[in-house]
Amino acid sequence: MPLKLTVNNVATTVDVPPDTPLLWVLRDVLNLKGAKYGCGMGICGACTVLLAGRAVRSCMTHVSAAVGQPITTIEGLSSDGLHPVQVAWEALDVPQCGYCQSGQILAATALLAHTPHPTDAEIDTAMNGNLCRCGTYPRIRQAIHEAAQAGAPAQKS
Amino acid sequence: MNRRSFLQMSALAGGGFALGLYEMPWAQAQRRGVPRNLKPASFIRIAGDGTVTIMAKSPEIGQGVKNTLPMMIAEELDVEWKAVRVEQADLDEASYGGQSAGGSTSTPNNWQPLRRVGAAGRQMLVAAAASNWGVDAAECTTQAGRVLHAASGRSAGYGELAVKAATLPVPPLDQVKLKDPKDYRIIGKSQPGVDTHAIVMGKPLFGIDMSLPGMLSAVIAKNPVFGAKVKSANVEEIKKLPGVRHVLVIDGTLELGSFIDGEPGMEPGVAIVADTWWQAQSARKSLKVDWDLGPGAAQSTEGFKTKAAELLKGTPANTVRSYGDVDGALKGAAKVVEAVYEYPLIAHGTLEPMGSTAVYKDGKLEMWVTSQAPPGGRALVAKAMGIPESDITVHMCRIGGGFGRRLMNDYMVEVAWLAKQVSVPVKLLWAREDDISHDAYRPGGTHGLKAGLDAQGKLVAWSQHLITYGDGKRIVSGGGIGGDEFPSGYTPNYGLFMTAMPLILRCGPLRAPGGNAYAWVGQSFLDELAVAAGRDPLEFQLEILSNTPVTASGQEPRAKGPGDLNPERLAGVLKLVAEKSGWVTRKKGTPGHGFGIAAYFCHQGYFAEVAEVSVDKDNKVTVNHVWAAGDVGSQIINPQAAESMGYGGVVDGLSQMAQEITLDGGVVQQTNFHQHPLIRMRQTPPIEVYWRKTDYSPTGLGEPTLPPILPAVGNAIFAATGKRVRTLPLARSGFSWA
Repeated sequence: MPLKLTVNNVATTVDVPPDTPLLWVLRDVLNLKGAKYGCGMGICGACTVLLAGRAVRSCMTHVSAAVGQPITTIEGLSSDGLHPVQVAWEALDVPQCGYCQSGQILAATALLAHTPHPTDAEIDTAMNGNLCRCGTYPRIRQAIHEAAQAGAPAQKS
Repeated sequence: MNRRSFLQMSALAGGGFALGLYEMPWAQAQRRGVPRNLKPASFIRIAGDGTVTIMAKSPEIGQGVKNTLPMMIAEELDVEWKAVRVEQADLDEASYGGQSAGGSTSTPNNWQPLRRVGAAGRQMLVAAAASNWGVDAAECTTQAGRVLHAASGRSAGYGELAVKAATLPVPPLDQVKLKDPKDYRIIGKSQPGVDTHAIVMGKPLFGIDMSLPGMLSAVIAKNPVFGAKVKSANVEEIKKLPGVRHVLVIDGTLELGSFIDGEPGMEPGVAIVADTWWQAQSARKSLKVDWDLGPGAAQSTEGFKTKAAELLKGTPANTVRSYGDVDGALKGAAKVVEAVYEYPLIAHGTLEPMGSTAVYKDGKLEMWVTSQAPPGGRALVAKAMGIPESDITVHMCRIGGGFGRRLMNDYMVEVAWLAKQVSVPVKLLWAREDDISHDAYRPGGTHGLKAGLDAQGKLVAWSQHLITYGDGKRIVSGGGIGGDEFPSGYTPNYGLFMTAMPLILRCGPLRAPGGNAYAWVGQSFLDELAVAAGRDPLEFQLEILSNTPVTASGQEPRAKGPGDLNPERLAGVLKLVAEKSGWVTRKKGTPGHGFGIAAYFCHQGYFAEVAEVSVDKDNKVTVNHVWAAGDVGSQIINPQAAESMGYGGVVDGLSQMAQEITLDGGVVQQTNFHQHPLIRMRQTPPIEVYWRKTDYSPTGLGEPTLPPILPAVGNAIFAATGKRVRTLPLARSGFSWA
């Protein structure tokens, strides 16, 4: 049955079983490769996308659950890379291998939308679901503070 | 420089030049008999419009070589870094020299040749300008991609000079003049990752992101026990499931016994190839396989523990190094300390699971790989497929983590084989569960230690017996130990022994192989000795490092080179980290709170680290702060990225302290990150990284930052609790992360 989705402000229709994980619809049907497969059970956060502004694990989210809610992937965060979180990530050269970073960036974006000036403890709580195998956590913390200073715009939800 | 190395330059269509370096002394391709590549592959391309392209020769796994190596060329070429385009090279060792990423060797191996490539290019461009202007080249200077002649006020861009430069003789590589490091404008300045912008934009860069027209996706249901073979499977039933195009039983290229070398090729299993990966993975839920489990099924972690304990009591099978009179010195010692240290198998768990993409057409393969060692991968594929290496084109994708796992190339053989079977492009992606349960594991080990102290609390004897895995003659990859393991050579009586027990499981190097385990064993036991001697562990270790090294051991001492411990450098980082962490005036005697210190030399780098921890009444450990001091020579090439490598080594080492892989009935019991955890952000302490710059040639940072953190934390836990961590993971010593 065709399912109507709104991905990065673009309406689209996909014809997949409704229990297909959103991650694989994004990656293999819509060719948006930014969200990554890491664990397939919602424990690493590499697949994080925003669903109505909330950070969700797209590997554990049935595509049917995303119908009627705006989906934002890393590709839709900004057209030019000038979202404050992206700018801070670049300025601090956060990535090492880079594989987890689209998930980290979206989790940070969701945090800043609700908590514009988070403490270290609030950052730790909000980012706890996102693993980084390379150990970029200290840089991520710095980058979130820097993005907060620059004033991340509130996400529409 | 090897005199056989020479540069070759070619004119580019459209007016430019390309500069290549041929017959590198370390071109492994030569040894493998790969025909020399005669196309004008190059490190540098300068187009007529002045665009400078520099090739990144080695695989990028997060260690930053896609910056570090091109930065070396750009510095000496004297161009603006911002104006440089960096392009990932294909596999072509005849043109680029070694193209593997491992052993923290990229920096030390390329520091001389790549700077010289850049300097040669600059020299040719200067010669072109001097010739055009009729002036002496010595009167010309360069700046930001231009040649200047101050006396006449003339200048020309490299792009304008490229055509002329392409007609000039190439200078011998060992005769080009290198910059004085004080004039560096790129090296030593933080240059953000060349792919960082694409990463924050979510661009497809990684192996998993590959997409080709008509491409199918594959998953492999791998055997439950290493070496197990498929007897039968419900292939026809699976073929009928949605999207499934092929179901293929893989007999594998594995020969039991060969696994000891770490590169056994393709394991048996059942491949499901579908239109999309999720279809393949979903179909797998209905797959039923009858396996011939083979001899691996008799193995269990408990069995190995029992066996190791028995072997520890017996006579060692091998003497790695022995000198002096250990037994006599122990008998005469004022105090003897004994301990057994034990650590488990652990997996690499790169965040991007194993996989690659291939297309097979007319007997030739084209591959997009996620290997740290693509030259070895191509050789393995060629052997397994029976086609010459020259018929296999290998492109390198950005890689979502290596850590040594991708020095093994089993997934390359698998995808090459699949591509031949299905005749269309195919992307293989392992499920996480297969990735964790079919790793090339860091071998576990058990060490029996005994050491003696004299009445003054000086170390007089050290004896160490490692129980590892092997088949009698050979030791599993990553499971050996060298005769120079500290404090070998720095104590008057010393013995290092090794006994191996058979294991049917693939092992391999994990980031800082050897060091990731031996630093913890050696530096923890040294801390025990300092405590027994009633001395400060820093002062105790500095005293040992001040001893004159023992070389009269009945074994030839190795030539002193960058791979040999320089005690002054290790002492130097210990003193620096002590100063930065306030070691001497640290707070002592507070229950549940403590500091620990440790140092280690490996992969040509020196690191010392201090950890400050709190341990609560439930034995939950919080690492409050870490200080790290490193000495990797005269130059930190990319400072911000280098600091990140320091963070990475510490975080990785902390993760390792809670990980283990166990076997039951030969089956790996851990399948995902909930059972083989990584530390998370809230568990990551503030980490301070300091550099001690010395006069030595720069060396790498992928590995040496890691080993000291494990013993530093273990020693801090002892300072906080009086309980010694002698078994990893932490849980087996009664501790866990808060």
